[in-house]
Amino acid sequence: MIQISNLHKSYVMGSNSLHVLKGLDLDIQEGEFVSIMGSSGSGKSTLLNILGILDDYDQGTYHLGGKLIQGLNETKAAMTRNEMIGFIFQSFNLISFKNAAENVALPLYYQKVSRKKRNLIALEYLDRLGLKEWAHHLPSELSGGQKQRVAIARALISQPQIILADEPTGALDSTTSFEVMDILKEINEQGKTVIIVTHEHDIAAMTKKIIRLKDGVIEEVIKNGDLQLFKDRVRTE
Amino acid sequence: MFDIDRWNEIWNALAKNKVRSLLTAFGVFWGIFMLIVMAGAGNGLENGITEGIAKFAANSAFFWSEQTSEPYKGFKRGRYWHMDSEDLQYLKDNVPEIEYITPKNFTGRFGNSSNVIRDKKNGSFNVKGDYPDYVKIDPVTVLKGRWINDMDIRDKRKVCVIGEKVFESLFDPKEDPLGKYLKISGVYYQVVGLIRAETRININGRTEESISLPFTTMLQTYNMGNQVHFLAITAQKGIPVSVVEDKVKEFIKKRHSIAPTDLQALNSVNIEKEFKQMSGLFLGIQILTWIVGIGTLLAGVIGVSNIMLVIIKERTKEIGVQRAIGATPRTIIGQIMMESVVLTTIAGYVGLSMGVGLLELVNKIIESTAGQGGDRAFFAHPEVSLTVAVSALVVLIIAGLFAGMIPASRAIQIKPIDALREE
Repeated sequence: MIQISNLHKSYVMGSNSLHVLKGLDLDIQEGEFVSIMGSSGSGKSTLLNILGILDDYDQGTYHLGGKLIQGLNETKAAMTRNEMIGFIFQSFNLISFKNAAENVALPLYYQKVSRKKRNLIALEYLDRLGLKEWAHHLPSELSGGQKQRVAIARALISQPQIILADEPTGALDSTTSFEVMDILKEINEQGKTVIIVTHEHDIAAMTKKIIRLKDGVIEEVIKNGDLQLFKDRVRTE
Repeated sequence: MFDIDRWNEIWNALAKNKVRSLLTAFGVFWGIFMLIVMAGAGNGLENGITEGIAKFAANSAFFWSEQTSEPYKGFKRGRYWHMDSEDLQYLKDNVPEIEYITPKNFTGRFGNSSNVIRDKKNGSFNVKGDYPDYVKIDPVTVLKGRWINDMDIRDKRKVCVIGEKVFESLFDPKEDPLGKYLKISGVYYQVVGLIRAETRININGRTEESISLPFTTMLQTYNMGNQVHFLAITAQKGIPVSVVEDKVKEFIKKRHSIAPTDLQALNSVNIEKEFKQMSGLFLGIQILTWIVGIGTLLAGVIGVSNIMLVIIKERTKEIGVQRAIGATPRTIIGQIMMESVVLTTIAGYVGLSMGVGLLELVNKIIESTAGQGGDRAFFAHPEVSLTVAVSALVVLIIAGLFAGMIPASRAIQIKPIDALREE
């Protein structure tokens, strides 16, 4: 699903150049449930932005679903994001003046699906996430967990192959965090590739593969089988 | 484009800060309001003035004598002289470009009015000696009876034609003035006509307050010999009045032994030239109107653009989210442009309607208070043409697009990633 090889990315800030990703190689298969970990400055947000086609890279290659993602113009990038990637953000990023259903329907609006049809589909997705009766509430009337579930529904509605979640539980308490993780797990079980960026070990431990970044390269990859080991290690840490 | 979600978004963006949106809209409103009102007022002035003089022969010139200012052929400077009846035929023979030529005399001279008595009523009015042809230059409406005719001139009849104001002050409103007698400076004249002025051009007093006698009658009755005080001439079609004006001056000076270089002795007014100056003035007013109007409008539009920039800044994150989940730059630009156009168009439309409303109101007031004929105000039918209104609307929509352009390009310059990072 995702093949990255020798990826370089630096940010130029004035006269300084900050080399964030230094020749990163990454391979994520379809249907994987991956978490990307790393201390701040390790490049995990940068990687996520590149994965989400929100940012460009300097060197190397990035194939998404077999397609080379390189130097896309904004229109193409937006269309690719819309079709292939579902975003979930830490701060939910719902549009404040749109109700839950309208927020969920937004990606379909950009696909120019008629209002009636897209709102119907949005209701379906909200129903799946147990929020049907909240469909006509504004984000300000929802709890954090509900907001994140609306955001998940929004990420799912365009039926992307990949879900990218940036600290999806960062703004939630632990009970709600686990609920959200359960949902993501369920989504993964339905066959979608889910990639989350997190710095919480227990959240990462719920995924099937952990990629630890350090100083712009992958420090270690902990696979399914070794996960128990990782969990034990986390516990002792 | 007509998706309800888009309108919802526009409405929300504007309603979020109502006072700000309102103030911004006011700038545009005021711009178009000013433009319409000023254009209307300019038109009103133009209509008022042109209506007042429209029927006056535009191809006319007038002449009257003054003291000479140069010595010539043995005459000293400062000589008093007069044109005379023989000049008429002399000019007709020598200046073929003349269409009509009519003399006009006044009792006393300029500005003096005569005492007029009828039974116990009396008044002081301008008395003029006229030729039948004069109404071809300065048309009048004959309300009762007739204007002076050739027989009056030939027989030197003691008849007179009176203006409306003369009738009002000397007669009862329901009285028929025809056949009645007026005593003007001691001599009785029979009233044969009642007239209303068609134009607002006054020669030695308003036509309303004037009494016209046959020219020849006046010469004889008041011992004027063959003096001519005032000469009105129109040019043949297609010939500039100034040509005729120059020729008439040349011949009259020659006949009366006045230095050809004497600029003062024979004075004249060239109506054609005045008309041209007037239309230049109206053009000036129109240009000024548009400059000021467009300027004000521009200020309003810049205000809109400015506020749109602020709105974009406030919505940076929202735009980032929208772009992350698949909004193309086109969608974003379209959205912002629409907001800008909606704001300017609504504000402009209100301004347009209110401006037209105000003009309509003023027009009603003028029409209900204004009198008739020469009494009309120098301001009539303040209105803007459909073309002006439509072009103002088009200007508005284009202005709205321009106002949205800078904010829109600013919005798509924001990278979605930067927008999302902004907390």
